[in-house]
Amino acid sequence: MKFKIILIILLVNIHSISFTNEIINENKIHKNLRCLVCQGQSISDSNSDFAITLKMVVKDLVEQGKSEQEIYNFLSEKYGDWILYKPKLNKGNFLLWALPYIVLVSGGLIIVFLIRKRTEKS
Amino acid sequence: MLSNIGNFLLFLNVLLSILIIYNSYNCLKTSNNLIFRKIYKLSLFQSTSILICFFTLISAYLISDFSLINVYQNSHSLKPIFYKISGTWGNHEGSLLLWAIILTIFSFLFLIFNNKHPKNYRLYTLIIQNLLIIGFLFFILFNSNPFSVISPVPNEGLGLNPILQDPALAIHPPLLYLGFVGSSIYFSAAMASMISNYNDKPFAQSIKSWVLISWVFQTLGILVGSIWAYYELGWGGFWFWDPVENASLLPWFAMTALLHSLLVLEKRKAFYFWTIILCLLTFTLSVTGTFLVRSGILNSVHTFANDPSRGIYILIFLSIMISASVYLLFAKYKPERNYISSNSKETFVLINNWFMMFYLLTVMLGTLYPIFTDALLKSKISVGPPFYNSVIIPVVAVFLIFMAVGPQAKWIKNKFTNLKQLLAILIGALIINFLIFYLLKSYSIISNLIIISSLFLIISSLIDLFKKTETNFPRILSHLSFGFLIFFIGLNHNFSIEKDFNLKLGETKIIDNYKFVLKDLELNNKTNYKAIIGKLQVNNMMTNEERILNPEIRIYENPQTLTYEASIQTNFFKDHYLTMSNIDRSEYYNIKFQEKPLMIWIWISTIMLSFGGCLSFFRNEKNN
Amino acid sequence: MKKIIKITISVFFIFILVVFYLSLNRSSNYDTENLVGIKLSKIKLESFESNKYFTNENLKKNNYTLINFWASWCAPCRIEHPLLMQLSKEANLKILGVNFKDKKNNALNFLNNLGNPYHYLAKDDQGKQSIGFGIYGIPESILINKDFVVIKKFIGPLNLEDFDEIKKITNSL
Repeated sequence: MKFKIILIILLVNIHSISFTNEIINENKIHKNLRCLVCQGQSISDSNSDFAITLKMVVKDLVEQGKSEQEIYNFLSEKYGDWILYKPKLNKGNFLLWALPYIVLVSGGLIIVFLIRKRTEKS
Repeated sequence: MLSNIGNFLLFLNVLLSILIIYNSYNCLKTSNNLIFRKIYKLSLFQSTSILICFFTLISAYLISDFSLINVYQNSHSLKPIFYKISGTWGNHEGSLLLWAIILTIFSFLFLIFNNKHPKNYRLYTLIIQNLLIIGFLFFILFNSNPFSVISPVPNEGLGLNPILQDPALAIHPPLLYLGFVGSSIYFSAAMASMISNYNDKPFAQSIKSWVLISWVFQTLGILVGSIWAYYELGWGGFWFWDPVENASLLPWFAMTALLHSLLVLEKRKAFYFWTIILCLLTFTLSVTGTFLVRSGILNSVHTFANDPSRGIYILIFLSIMISASVYLLFAKYKPERNYISSNSKETFVLINNWFMMFYLLTVMLGTLYPIFTDALLKSKISVGPPFYNSVIIPVVAVFLIFMAVGPQAKWIKNKFTNLKQLLAILIGALIINFLIFYLLKSYSIISNLIIISSLFLIISSLIDLFKKTETNFPRILSHLSFGFLIFFIGLNHNFSIEKDFNLKLGETKIIDNYKFVLKDLELNNKTNYKAIIGKLQVNNMMTNEERILNPEIRIYENPQTLTYEASIQTNFFKDHYLTMSNIDRSEYYNIKFQEKPLMIWIWISTIMLSFGGCLSFFRNEKNN
Repeated sequence: MKKIIKITISVFFIFILVVFYLSLNRSSNYDTENLVGIKLSKIKLESFESNKYFTNENLKKNNYTLINFWASWCAPCRIEHPLLMQLSKEANLKILGVNFKDKKNNALNFLNNLGNPYHYLAKDDQGKQSIGFGIYGIPESILINKDFVVIKKFIGPLNLEDFDEIKKITNSL
């Protein structure tokens, strides 16, 4: 009985998740673009000339049907990877993306290993 | 005149530190367990004189003595008195003096409040702490002296950056420094503990209060910094994963891990070396953060004036600290052998530490990685919010579940008798989550997970609260508030509405169900700035709410700066946030309007979180 | 085993400290000057005078083209202007001026007063086209060769050193 209730609730939750809207969120793109003429701000947080222009360009690109990734590729080709707040996954950035998960997994392993060793000792 | 007094007091402090070290060294050789009275007196004298030194600097600011470069560069005679005073620590040199004060006073307090502990341990702590003090005094004296003079004496100061003229920012540095500079004392104590072989439970007890104090202040410091960013920067956010912000977060993670591992050391005499490492790590991260922020090798919103020579100095200091601690650890390390069960409170504390280390390393990696690619690969990259959000947030969801379950586990050997209850809580969390997202109609997998797990933590903490057997109220309060904090951040993040558009005087704009009218622009002359005040009418056409918001553009004279003051209307459900900024060569104004639900609750939860730490401190004091 | 761990830890710390040291003397500011070698294959700029467009077709006969972004409201543009006037006389170089977010009359006045160094004059009213060239503030100049590959980028006003360098590159044919 209980199991069924959980199952139903889980299903309802999953159902609600599947509604995810497909519209590209311009604001999300803005937040990932660094304002080159500012100090550590995204173009979403800036009202500089550059940020305003870039927002217009992003709008045009979205209207042309470009995907988020295509927009990032276009801009990083023109301005370098510095403009992206979310670094691309490539050779140079591999460690940046992989190390956190390596730490997470190995941390877990260390705990398991340590406890097993200490449980046996007694 | 004031410059001479200040310099004299600084030299006096160096001398006092040397005397304290010398006397402590002699005292170590005596066979009884008494510390010379002389050492207490010297230490008290040292604290007094560094305070007088600081008041000397404050008075230089108060009387606007522009013969000091520091006052000339950061103050102005027309500035309100409050900001004259807070300007003292709002700059590099002055804030270092604050560093030295906290190092010194903590050294003195640790000496007098730990009289139950053996002499050698206390003396070694004192010696190491005084070595740190000397290091910082040298830095102040020979590189960043707030008492340096300028000649000829200027008539007027350059003024303090207007965005720093804010009450939140006036108290932000002292709070934050009490946190991470305060951690110096358990750095010294950890070193002393290894040297004098004073370990396990008594060691844990001797530093627990200090860890709690620094943790509470660090939390409050970060909170006040975020509040400042929210109100003053005008971007509507409160956390930007900016390198300087990260620098304050790193010691916080280490402290939080330490706080938990201390419990195990106290109750079960386990994880001694791990606790020591965390003690050393916390202060090392604080100094590293200072290095990153002050040397200017990071590109950040919160810039201090950059100067590589400062960097060199802190780097040398940091290298000495690291090598001494690593050397001592290697020399003293012994593997532990006491029994730990896989299902016990010990294991859950380890799990806490495991997650804390994950957060710490991820944030550190994100902060340092651009420096490394630049230095080694010659490529400049940015690591910003999207990176941290995508790596950290999913893990937080799992972490919260452990945080709910862990505290209920028993020491040594645990058995979960309440699986049914956990299941009920989970169902409750799922139902509430579904209701929230069903009623408000916005969906993403990650925010669902975050909301579910934070609800799980909240509900189970609330159940703990009303259980008669559980007596650790501070713990429950902190865990509950953390659950609320993540819950509110999650909702805030997910249901924020943001509109960005350009508008000119008299124009009306309709976006979705909002109507905006720029009704009026008013020019206002204030004492130290001019303000253009906009009158914006915002209509929510769905709810027929109408409100007037008054954002400002301020033009400051000393120094010449333009700032944008957000207009914020707060209530218990949401904040309405609006900034207006001018666009160059155009009659249009850029308007950024945001609706931020439950903003105030984010602040309240954080205050409750640190209040939990506070209660824990008093409880700990009462029990010992 | 113990020794290996010790050495690894020590090396780790030394590595970090050395990188910190190396970074001290590097600038933390960013510019796009190093972004050379990209091929600008889709140039399309609206002409200043007429409704026509300048494309790669118009530039393909030039050995070198200097694309200069300027505006009448931009003070540093006035500083570099005399150098552009001189460069316009270079044999192997043609200059394409892009008038950036400017008013037509002001731009014409600017050229009448200070001279017109541009072989081609285009405009970018909203600044959107400039994004395609990786421009983030003016003045900026991009030197491309016959194959439209970026050889050099100049951020900020051209100075005498830049001037000599451009001459050297274009005369090396």
